[in-house]
Amino acid sequence: MSARRHLPVIGSDGGAGADDASGAPLPGETPAAARSRRQFLRSAMGGVAAATLAGCGSFDLDDLFRKHFTELPPEEVKKLLARLEREYTAKFGKEVKVANTAAKPGVQFGYGLDLSRCIGCRRCVYACVRENNQSRDPQIQWIRVLEMEKEKGIDTAESNQYYDAAEVPRPGHFYMPVACHQCRNPPCVKTCPVRATWQEPDGIVVVDYNRCVGCRCCMAACPYGARHFNWGEPHLPPADLNPNTHYLGNRPRPKGVVEKCTWCIQRTRVGRYPACVEICPVGARKFGNLLDPESEIRYIMEHKRVFIFKEELNTQPKFYYFYAT
Amino acid sequence: MAVSRFARSTAASWVASPAFLILVFAGAGRAGAGPTPPAAKPAEDQKDPKKDEKKDEAPKKPEAAPPARANMHFVEGLGEIELPLPPLTDGIFPCTQCHEKGAPFDHSRRELNFHDEIKLEHDAEHRWCLDCHNAEDRDKLHLASGQTIEFTESYKLCGQCHGDKYRDWRAGVHGRRSGYWDGPKKYLLCVNCHWPHAPHFKPLKPEPPPRRPEENK
Repeated sequence: MSARRHLPVIGSDGGAGADDASGAPLPGETPAAARSRRQFLRSAMGGVAAATLAGCGSFDLDDLFRKHFTELPPEEVKKLLARLEREYTAKFGKEVKVANTAAKPGVQFGYGLDLSRCIGCRRCVYACVRENNQSRDPQIQWIRVLEMEKEKGIDTAESNQYYDAAEVPRPGHFYMPVACHQCRNPPCVKTCPVRATWQEPDGIVVVDYNRCVGCRCCMAACPYGARHFNWGEPHLPPADLNPNTHYLGNRPRPKGVVEKCTWCIQRTRVGRYPACVEICPVGARKFGNLLDPESEIRYIMEHKRVFIFKEELNTQPKFYYFYAT
Repeated sequence: MAVSRFARSTAASWVASPAFLILVFAGAGRAGAGPTPPAAKPAEDQKDPKKDEKKDEAPKKPEAAPPARANMHFVEGLGEIELPLPPLTDGIFPCTQCHEKGAPFDHSRRELNFHDEIKLEHDAEHRWCLDCHNAEDRDKLHLASGQTIEFTESYKLCGQCHGDKYRDWRAGVHGRRSGYWDGPKKYLLCVNCHWPHAPHFKPLKPEPPPRRPEENK
């Protein structure tokens, strides 16, 4: 393009702008020449667009034009879930269910973790991986267990998540597992440029993997390191796949999207405890409805010494560390 | 996902391309929708998957706790709850195999010829076998009051001294709970995790550490 030509200005006179972009006669150019140049540009652009679409593999125009998941009409949700079930079933060679169980009214989930009990055995980490279909290779784990020295107290700079030992707890150490805190004021949600992540009515922060563009802004925003990116094609042996999945949770993920803990949305939405709660051999993990005065989590908040990790950031987590003794 | 690939591959050729226009329209559609809170979804859409999941789960429940081992208890402040059986040693229990009912007994602290696998590490200075085990009927335990109780309700015995833990256990805060946060829950007995003769929780071998980023390719 000639340097003398000005670029079309968005919001300027529509007709002139459009014409300009597609090739109005340049000074000293005949209208016929301009027309043929316009035709050439049109066909070239068409070719680029076609090549782009072809390069997307199983490209579905519906994916491109689909509304936000929370605004999708029920029949379209049904169609989408059925399509995903077909895709996953074909990919893994076993029947996969993709549910879309909604939040129960009057429920705000809360989570408690007893630091005086946790022994750092990492059973929760692997129960979570099995339940939530994380990639085995490259390895993705939603829970990180930090080992800290009792003398230094809670100090993330001094913590070590790579500890290995014949036996835990190691003398002089305590352990602090960290995963998503399901903040009431989630910085990750605020930062997402495409609204691919949001907070559900029951307080779970979810990701729509079909909408995520992989910009990883949310990862930068999260002060808990709770979000994980699929840098490579996630590898998950079909035998290890948990076929009971939720659209906003543990369904298989593609490469290039961010994922995070959803408090086992596929389990907790049907009333069950998260996998990490059920596996914990010392019973350090507690889960329940913050709005139910009879729940365990309310008992903890009313009777135990509770603290909020990085409280000063005003993320207002629904994840509470506590000391039962 | 398709959207993201599309966006990346067209980034170079976006000027006035029809593909760019498509993206603009798609974006405008989203922006126009505004920051809508995730509204309650129509009931019809939600019911089916839920039903399916419940159906899927129903047959799984007995695996975790076979009905033959179901052990229902009325616990004060909790109501009727299911508790597992205590981990009684095969061949040792029932104790009346050797200890006849009503046989004479000796309360004194002494070296035993049997039960040498038990090294008492539970306030050993102040405690001896018959403080908890019932002398007249060895298949039972007894509380400080003298009231005999079954092995299946040993939590009452533990709760005599460890009242704070007993209180927390009943609230579901001490010990592991499983099942349903808004429905039937499964409890464990104290003795399922703490061997009563040496109750300190035994150290475990940790699962492998995560891969470091440089190894995770």
